[in-house]
Amino acid sequence: MATTWDADNVKTSRISPRESAGVTATAKHAASRARRRLGPGREIPFGLQIGPALLVLAWIAGSALGWIDPRILPAPWTVVEAFARLIAEGRLQDNFVTSATRALLGLSIGLVIGTALAVIAGLSRVGEALIDGPIQIKRAIPTLALIPLFILWFGIGEGMKVTTIVLAVVIPIYIHTHNALRSIDSRYVELAETLRMSQKDFIFQVVLPGALPGFLLGLRFAVTLCWVSLVVVEQINSTSGLGYMIDLARTYGQTDVILVGLVVYVLLGLVSDGLVRLIERRVLSWRRTLAN
Amino acid sequence: MAPHSGQLKPAVHVENLMRRFAAKTILDGVDLDIGEGEFVALLGKSGSGKSTFLKALAGLDHEVEGTGALETPEKLSVVFQDARLLPWRTVIQNVTLGLPGETGQEAGRKALAEVGLEGRETAWPNQLSGGEQQRVALARSLVREPALLLADEPFGALDALTRLKMHDLLRELCAKHRPAVLLVTHDVDEAISLADRILVLDEGRLVEDLRIDLAVPRDHGDPRFAQIRTRLLSRLGVDAPGRRAA
Repeated sequence: MATTWDADNVKTSRISPRESAGVTATAKHAASRARRRLGPGREIPFGLQIGPALLVLAWIAGSALGWIDPRILPAPWTVVEAFARLIAEGRLQDNFVTSATRALLGLSIGLVIGTALAVIAGLSRVGEALIDGPIQIKRAIPTLALIPLFILWFGIGEGMKVTTIVLAVVIPIYIHTHNALRSIDSRYVELAETLRMSQKDFIFQVVLPGALPGFLLGLRFAVTLCWVSLVVVEQINSTSGLGYMIDLARTYGQTDVILVGLVVYVLLGLVSDGLVRLIERRVLSWRRTLAN
Repeated sequence: MAPHSGQLKPAVHVENLMRRFAAKTILDGVDLDIGEGEFVALLGKSGSGKSTFLKALAGLDHEVEGTGALETPEKLSVVFQDARLLPWRTVIQNVTLGLPGETGQEAGRKALAEVGLEGRETAWPNQLSGGEQQRVALARSLVREPALLLADEPFGALDALTRLKMHDLLRELCAKHRPAVLLVTHDVDEAISLADRILVLDEGRLVEDLRIDLAVPRDHGDPRFAQIRTRLLSRLGVDAPGRRAA
């Protein structure tokens, strides 16, 4: 990617015609009047890690030198200690498992529902007429605004939490898959007709693989939304889970426990996004050849 | 006019075919018989109705108004101007699309070998050149052993050298498999080098039906080749000698 702007490449390509003309001596002079580079320049090794590393260093230095009030932000080692303590007590694992179960359950149900609705609406006009409108209406209501209603309908148990996550996840999956289905090139439909493909072959060879990039994009949004909804439902009404652990820590003023919870959220978010991207690379390998 | 293909049994029979888009008549009473194994080229200016005619034969003109009788064989393949390969399927999967199981696989491999793409079975379409992609499309058509091959300017998007190679390949494959062919093109030389018979479509009517009796492979320098070219070009509204003088 960045090789186009690689400084060495630019230099050699600029000098070599001069060398061939036998004017090497002027090369240095020429370089001083070199055109200003407008691109971002050469890629920095480990560039993406530098920002976070500096932040952590500042945190360590600030805590060690006493510049940061531990009641506002506890020192990194305090957080590490809290981490170890929570694991030793078993609280972190228990709450993590509870949260992960809710998230995975909501995500899986939402995935199936969202994909099924998108396929029905994408392949039939009747389906579209029945499904697309309600989904657009649901999309206009923030999922979190529905929580009071869900509490009245489902109580404050698991049903309410999972339903909230499901409804949050369905939307991006539906929108992106449906959009991808609808934008499959009509030339491929014509091709399928001339090859006399069966409806089943048409769906499995043409429609679904063609819509896969859209589905995966939807999945990435869905995974993020799934964690967001989880945090909210767990902090509002809960007696277990990471969100509950954080909320309880707030009550007791345990900033270190709050930070442990946040770090776990960061890891979960990054790991799940990485997983989706890995899946993307695997199943869209036909596309990667384009990028290369 | 009702051009006939002599003693050959017709693979295609078209009678008084009319097609209309909104108020505009695109095909205005086309009559045509194409014999089994006959290679017919259809020439015409842009907008003359060539593509509409081909779509009608292929049965792809849903929701187009029209009348007339149309008989085409059940086994019919279409080669489009673009190779139209599914980018998310490998080369061999594209060739055997919709074919059942193992027999399809075997036939697909054979067809790929015939178009000179042995060993590229598991490549993605994006990894092939334009000419190679069009050869995969040819293999996809031939593997279905069509009685009629419809080709809609199949070499229009290729560079001149690749196009010449593709002409040889197409001629060779057609001589071997003997489908009836309708090749839509606006390249007069392409039509003369490949076809047994050339039709010219103008404003929805067939205005020329010319049998080409030159020996194959055809020599572009042959004075009769030039004669036919001049005649066809004038039918297409291009005054060839005048152009050359200028």
